[in-house]
Amino acid sequence: MSDIKKIATRESYGNALVECAEDFPELVVLDADLAGATKTGTFKKAYPDRHIDCGIAESNMTGIAAGLATCGKIPFISSFAMFAAGRNFEQVRNSIGYPHLNVKIGATHAGITVGEDGATHQCNEDIALMRTIPGMTVIVPSDDVEAKAAVRAALEHKGPVYLRFGRAAVPVINDRPDYKFEIGKGVKLTEGKDVTIVATGICVDSALGAAKLLEADGISAEVINIHTIKPIDKDIILASAKKTGKVVTVEEHSVIGGLGSAVCDVLSENLPTPVKKIGVQDVFGESGSAGELVKKFGLDAEGVYKDVKAFVK
Amino acid sequence: MDNLELKRNANAVRKGIVTAVHGAKAGHPGGSLSAADLFTFLYFEEMNIDPKDPKKADRDRFVLSKGHTAPGLYSALANRGYFPVADLPTLRHLGSYLQGHPCMQETPGVDMSSGSLGQGISAAVGMALAAKLDKKDYRVYTLLGDGEIQEGQVWEASMFAGARKLDNLTVIVDNNGLQIDGKIEDVCDPYPIDKKFEAFNFHVINIDGHDFDAIRAAFKEARETKGMPTAIIMKTTKGKGVSYMENNAGWHGKAPNDEEYAVAMKDLEEIDKQLA
Repeated sequence: MSDIKKIATRESYGNALVECAEDFPELVVLDADLAGATKTGTFKKAYPDRHIDCGIAESNMTGIAAGLATCGKIPFISSFAMFAAGRNFEQVRNSIGYPHLNVKIGATHAGITVGEDGATHQCNEDIALMRTIPGMTVIVPSDDVEAKAAVRAALEHKGPVYLRFGRAAVPVINDRPDYKFEIGKGVKLTEGKDVTIVATGICVDSALGAAKLLEADGISAEVINIHTIKPIDKDIILASAKKTGKVVTVEEHSVIGGLGSAVCDVLSENLPTPVKKIGVQDVFGESGSAGELVKKFGLDAEGVYKDVKAFVK
Repeated sequence: MDNLELKRNANAVRKGIVTAVHGAKAGHPGGSLSAADLFTFLYFEEMNIDPKDPKKADRDRFVLSKGHTAPGLYSALANRGYFPVADLPTLRHLGSYLQGHPCMQETPGVDMSSGSLGQGISAAVGMALAAKLDKKDYRVYTLLGDGEIQEGQVWEASMFAGARKLDNLTVIVDNNGLQIDGKIEDVCDPYPIDKKFEAFNFHVINIDGHDFDAIRAAFKEARETKGMPTAIIMKTTKGKGVSYMENNAGWHGKAPNDEEYAVAMKDLEEIDKQLA
């Protein structure tokens, strides 16, 4: 496995901003003193006149982005998910969501893989917060390829978009010629008949690993990558649930309000199906390396495998 | 526009405020009336705008950061010709384009949705920054309440505006001295307001917010000030023009009943007679 290319989606984000700069002349990038960490610094280096550091004032940055958007700019605002979505919730709701302004939120360092900084910086609630805002699109890319495609798609999309990126390097899993990213369209990665595993973000790789382990036990899992939590791809979830009759969700986020809840919304209203939600179980995170935490919270391939196996039995 | 004409228009704006809030049976007359002269000056004299083309590309922009005084903004817009004055009493009614707080998607002439205090000034800063980035010469104005400046985001925005030398931005503080819970100095004293903005690298002008000569001179000075944003701290009377509402915190967010409405309109008609 060591020869698999790994890259953090925040790196992809910074690179994608640079790659999109010429195609989207109205793109401007705002940061709140974290340009080095969120990787908007990559953009700053290439386009210093289009990068605005707002200082440590995320709420004001959000309002500035709203004002820029009313004048035709396409601002990308960046901070850690904890501040971009958490501290900022009401600014995002009222200054961007309510007027449906064309602002993109590039939130990095989401979830427990922030690692050593610990619980204060590990945002496991951002998907829940953002998906309650009317008109907000919520995207959680699974790797480098998807993250870059998502940034471009967000720029092409008119209206507010929340993009969730991670700190830790993760394997590139979508590097194939037929890969296509479309907002709101889930991607079926493996065919299966016994259980559906719906995963998002860095957990898509764990789901694929778990599916391999399950296969050895004679359990056939259908793995679906839901990169867009909102609007969610109902069709792909319902079709798979109809076939397998059992659904597991996997996310690096609280099991309250995130992918698991969004999938349950779809199933309970259309096709009631037993669901097992794998994620952060209503607890805060803690310090540790990203790898240790993923293991502790049962979000690695082994952890997902064990939970799915117990659920399918 | 001469002062007499401005005063007449301001009185029409005040009548519209009282009529709107009476029609809504709710809303915020006190801070709308204190800022009525300012609204009038901005929309009838100062700003480069066109009521027939509310979204004109390089128009001047206004953000009502103290969004609860929407009746004041709506009445100024209506009297300036953005929409019919007769629609003002639909304020806050189900289905009306005059929402309780400004909504840029609903109301012609509203440049930014606002109402959650402290957020409007940031949007205004963003607009001023956009003008700088695009090398455009439009100006941006935003009105804050003196209670609103208790919000920390106001100072985040001010620090940024000062640091970025946004001299196309004018921040106006309506210093009527009262907020919902009482006198601003009793609730959480924000004084000295002028010194605070000075410390954030603003050019600061203190004026009487009901004196059109002073208002005109202040905005001229703001336009001529280069390399820093301007803050105009205007001393005003909350509820100005309606006898029983003046300097009464109780009229911050309350609508007059039918009898009170009649008294208010009589007060304002008296002013009309004096201006005739």
